[in-house]
Amino acid sequence: MSATLLFTWGVMALLVLGSWLATRRIRPTLRPGRWQNFLEALVEVIRNQIREVTHQDPDRYLWFVGTLFLFIALSNLLAPVPGYLPPTASLSTTTALALCVFVAVPWVGIREVGLKAYLRQYLEPHPLMLPFNVIGEFSRTLALAVRLYGNLMSGAVIGAVLITLVPFFFPVVMQLLGLLTGFIQAYIFAILALVYIASGCRVQQERRARLRTQEESP
Amino acid sequence: MNAETLVAMVSIFTAGLTMGLGAIGPALGEGRAVAQALLAIAQQPDEANTITRTLFVGLAMVESTAIYCFVISMILLFANPYWDHFLSAGS
Repeated sequence: MSATLLFTWGVMALLVLGSWLATRRIRPTLRPGRWQNFLEALVEVIRNQIREVTHQDPDRYLWFVGTLFLFIALSNLLAPVPGYLPPTASLSTTTALALCVFVAVPWVGIREVGLKAYLRQYLEPHPLMLPFNVIGEFSRTLALAVRLYGNLMSGAVIGAVLITLVPFFFPVVMQLLGLLTGFIQAYIFAILALVYIASGCRVQQERRARLRTQEESP
Repeated sequence: MNAETLVAMVSIFTAGLTMGLGAIGPALGEGRAVAQALLAIAQQPDEANTITRTLFVGLAMVESTAIYCFVISMILLFANPYWDHFLSAGS
């Protein structure tokens, strides 16, 4: 029973409980409650971001990217709580999250454009690029995992070191900075996951669009 | 000055060197990217959202080079494959 495991379940429980409490008595009213209002705004912001990045219906990706973002953001933003270690500061957690993205990319891609078209993307822009495309698939997953882990772990370690060296004030400033970087890292993780997934479907859509314009203008 | 000490010294030294040298390039690149993004936002405040988002994604990409250096230095310090070899040889 490690701290990572404990706090991972803690963050998940917080998310589930919060959502459940907020949506327990949900109904279309003119005056939603505070929590319902907050959640609606949050979901709307995430949907807008997804829409701007992919130019597609955001609900296709909302479940995955939104969950990633909320989980990482919450686990990072709880960092100043005494005794709490962000689960994202452990390489195991970030690797698991990155592996989810690694699996989701071909899954969604094949579901959207079909197996043949998805695999053909590895031959773009030229068949010679095939090994590099495959290596890129792995290295970006590694980078995704280590980026989050490195940022969070360095924040936690620096915080711990500073607490032992200097009194109260300076560590607090560093923690505030850590909150900012933690939030940005959550954003980056979610956006990159979205970009990877969307780029797995996009090539084909662009080709379809090109064909359609050619058909329309003989 | 036995083999273990030498491995430890070289590992720690190289880890520091890797991180130091590996951070220069990404730092310069990210600095330029941020400067350009600020310039772009100053010229076109309406596009701030798109610019910021693209900037973050680009920064993350640039950052990954520094992250690879970080991984190498972490491996050298905490998961050095030569440690076990020399420890088993030494005992």
